[in-house]
Amino acid sequence: MGDLINIFIKSAFIENLALAYFLGMCSYLAVSKTVKTAFGLGLAVIFVLGITMPINWVINTWLLGENGIFQTDLTFLRFILFIAVIASMVQLVEMVVEKYSPALYNSLGIFLPLITVNCAILGGSLFMVSKEYNFSEAVAFGLGGGFGWFLAIIAIAAIREKIKYSAVPPPMRGLGMAFLLTGMMGMAFMGLMGIDPAAFK
Amino acid sequence: MADTAVVAPKKEAIKFGKKERALLTDPLDDNNPITVQVLGICSALAVTTGMKNAAVMAVAVVFVCLFANVITSALRKAIPKQVRMIVQLVIIATLVTVVELVLKAYAFESYKQLSVFIGLIITNCIVMGRLEAFAMANRPYESALDGLGNGVGYGIILLVVAFIREFFGKGEIFGAKIIGAAPEYMINTLESTWFGWYQGNNLMVLFPSAMFVIAVLIWAHRAWNPKLVDIS
Repeated sequence: MGDLINIFIKSAFIENLALAYFLGMCSYLAVSKTVKTAFGLGLAVIFVLGITMPINWVINTWLLGENGIFQTDLTFLRFILFIAVIASMVQLVEMVVEKYSPALYNSLGIFLPLITVNCAILGGSLFMVSKEYNFSEAVAFGLGGGFGWFLAIIAIAAIREKIKYSAVPPPMRGLGMAFLLTGMMGMAFMGLMGIDPAAFK
Repeated sequence: MADTAVVAPKKEAIKFGKKERALLTDPLDDNNPITVQVLGICSALAVTTGMKNAAVMAVAVVFVCLFANVITSALRKAIPKQVRMIVQLVIIATLVTVVELVLKAYAFESYKQLSVFIGLIITNCIVMGRLEAFAMANRPYESALDGLGNGVGYGIILLVVAFIREFFGKGEIFGAKIIGAAPEYMINTLESTWFGWYQGNNLMVLFPSAMFVIAVLIWAHRAWNPKLVDIS
């Protein structure tokens, strides 16, 4: 259990998908104008990551692995199968949100389908494969990664709401400031990762 | 597969007028994928540490964007709305596989350096974004122009960012030493390169610097083209 909490904390803060690996930047920058929409998208990402990670683990281990049901190494199909799982899950989320919360559906607009191409989702699954997690660790990693992404987008949305009242040079308003802020937050998160001494030789 | 899809319906004549030219040039300036639409940022951050990788990536994205747009547009009436994303992703994944195999056969060096990021073209939002926003509602000919324009608009920004990061980060362009001290195996005098005293800025090689460079590019772009300024 301690291990799982460890993985959760690590994937949420130290190896934050958004601010340490800069994955899922498109929707991160585009939907972070207000905290409300950011909250909705963050929840959707937690949900999709938390569901797709175990499913992809099962597919990767039992379907594609050498000890799976086909007894052959089918890992070259990994990309296509992972993306198919992710796409169907996102479609599911889209239908549910459209049915139960049309207001949220309208405000998320094109970015709900774009969760599919949110690199954080596919990247998370690929990290899970390269780190050789077992099933429960994969679940913890998925939820932790989603939670970290959720925190990151809430944080930048809150900053952007406040920065609207500052005297920013007009060409820098909105998107430009969002890029600068993300860069600075990324530098802060690099401090959590530790600095690689090899970079200074 | 791609060849048969290029043929547009014969009902309307294929012409290259003002509207068509706008489709091609809009993504270069007014509707740039990175600085205005904010799509495809992830790979823009990841591959821009060197110009060579950025150039290969740009060509690959132009190819995928162009043909994915054409194929999706040709099939747009046959794709049910509920499963459209899966169909689009299969089209993109197929094209990316083609790119990967071509690179493996003819440019193995680049393939080895880029292998992960070639796969990540599948999740490059610019391809998917254009399919959703344009190709699902337009004829293959217009979609082809739109795909080409967006791919090129994306590639230009990629090359500019890569130039700044590689030049100031390592003092190199396309892997060739321009400024800074020469490597130790060469005769290392101050005269052997320009600005031999220049020490590469390590921050430029790290991820956050890509953010700062793109932020400055956006600033320059909007200062030059004031109608893009965010007034909200």
